[in-house]
Amino acid sequence: MTDPTRTPQEVHDATAQRSHAEIDDSVTSRQEMSGWQSAFRTQPFWVFVAILAIGLVMSMVSDVFLTERNLFNITRNFAFFGIMALGMSAVICTAGIDLSVGSLMGLAGIITGLVMQAGYGIVPGFLACMATAAAVGLVNGVLVAYLRMAPFVVTLGMLAMSRSIAMVVSNNKMIYEFGPDQDLFERIGGESVFRVPNPVWVLMILTVVFWWVWRYSTWGRWVMAIGGNAHAAKLAGIPVERITVSVYVVCSLCAGLAAFLMVGWFGSVTNALGQTYELNVIAASVIGGANLMGGVVYAFGAPIGAALMELIRNSLLLAGIDALWQQFFVGLFLILAVLLEQIRNRGGR
Amino acid sequence: MSLVELNAITKSFGAIHALQGVDLVIEEGDAVGLMGDNGAGKSTLMKIIAGNFPPTKGVIRIEGREVEFHKPIDARNAGIEIVYQDLALCDNLTAAANVFLGREPKKRFGPIRWLDHDAMIRRAGELFSELKSETRPRDLVRQMSGGQRQAVAIARTRLSDPKLVLMDEPTAAISVRQVAEVLALIKRLKDTGHAVVLVSHRMPDVFEVCDRVAVLRRGTKVAEKRIGETSPEEITGLITGAIESA
Repeated sequence: MTDPTRTPQEVHDATAQRSHAEIDDSVTSRQEMSGWQSAFRTQPFWVFVAILAIGLVMSMVSDVFLTERNLFNITRNFAFFGIMALGMSAVICTAGIDLSVGSLMGLAGIITGLVMQAGYGIVPGFLACMATAAAVGLVNGVLVAYLRMAPFVVTLGMLAMSRSIAMVVSNNKMIYEFGPDQDLFERIGGESVFRVPNPVWVLMILTVVFWWVWRYSTWGRWVMAIGGNAHAAKLAGIPVERITVSVYVVCSLCAGLAAFLMVGWFGSVTNALGQTYELNVIAASVIGGANLMGGVVYAFGAPIGAALMELIRNSLLLAGIDALWQQFFVGLFLILAVLLEQIRNRGGR
Repeated sequence: MSLVELNAITKSFGAIHALQGVDLVIEEGDAVGLMGDNGAGKSTLMKIIAGNFPPTKGVIRIEGREVEFHKPIDARNAGIEIVYQDLALCDNLTAAANVFLGREPKKRFGPIRWLDHDAMIRRAGELFSELKSETRPRDLVRQMSGGQRQAVAIARTRLSDPKLVLMDEPTAAISVRQVAEVLALIKRLKDTGHAVVLVSHRMPDVFEVCDRVAVLRRGTKVAEKRIGETSPEEITGLITGAIESA
């Protein structure tokens, strides 16, 4: 409505003043939130609610769901993805992506197998596994940070190369003998402590470590700053390139660790280990709240995202729905998660 | 001895001469307006003083001592802070996190060091109230108004108690009401003894807060005047070239 007694300038001023007053009001009326209140606003919280809801429905639909055996399997299955998603979330937080984690699992697993098969103990095997992972992460990181290549392309190339090297060094054969420490190796990956599978312990410990890192470490703060505005981070004196390289190394180390545990659990390794896992890991990270635009990360998002995906698979199985539908539902949840994030963002502005 | 002395600063980008033999002296507590048309070399000069890139030729002296800046951090260590035109803030972090970005205070216990959130929030809060801004340390920058964002960028420059604060178009992207807020922030910087160089397109801003104004045209300094001895008309003439030099 226009007021004929006012000049266009006055109308404009009034509108401008009002809109600024509204912005100021909305800014100042936004109360500072307690820890719980801010938790309600995060994606991992709502995914966790979804997990509880699915769990509740499943416990009514199926007698098997709440059995210790089933819960044991679910948690162990998602532990590997959760561990990798913790590292992937860091990469995604810098607005990057790492498509090579699945292939890296194959390569790191094969290297571990070869070293242990040759009669070396578990420590050299583990170190070889992690060194392989670190090397792959280093190459990814240097190409992305210093040569400013697109992460998608660099890690897609590394996906192909890692898998190929794994095939070459394994001579395309399965490895199932792991030398003198075979027993210990298989126990670490396959057994449990206090009835909780070992990989789940590793996931829990790593989640707490990452939580601390994101909340309290300079590294975590700087990674988030790089994801938010890399240029601003650079101007603030943050060594953006070095930090970016370290992020890719961390992501690869997580994949290496998952490979080490998984090979121990399987008791054998082929160069096909981890094929297409990168997609599940990225999906778990995004469902857990990582934003592909960068700058957002939740330590608890990674295990929660991975848990939801495994839960869907398990529930479909128990509900007698054809397993072929599994990927459909994973994809559906992935899209819903991103949609939800966008809706909440619009509401929050 | 002057605080900052620029001597015959020249900067070429390939065949383009962005700056040619620019001299500028900034005294302690001085507020200098730097004006000129688009492409006159204002931002280039600011970026040289702030250490984004070195000059092709020429000398920078700080308190009489010749310096060479290779990175922004070098200039910062020499007591020069800059507020960039785009503010260079991380939208996804809080106001306090942005203020302390790159120089976070830490607590330590043995070898373990962790971010001192309490200290950051407290100090950022103090800085905002010194600037008489209602910005709250815990708020995300994404949720802030233009004036509040400007306050965060300015508060950041006060962490190290710099000698000189450079401001590149601080009022270009904000509303009329917030311009007054930002000009008040600049005056407060001046009142607390900081030298300020203000790059602006807006004549009224320069005349309100600056003591002197230097005009660049096509990479050369064509005039430097005390505010009391010139007029917006003369400065406009100098910027456009209607007045050759003064």
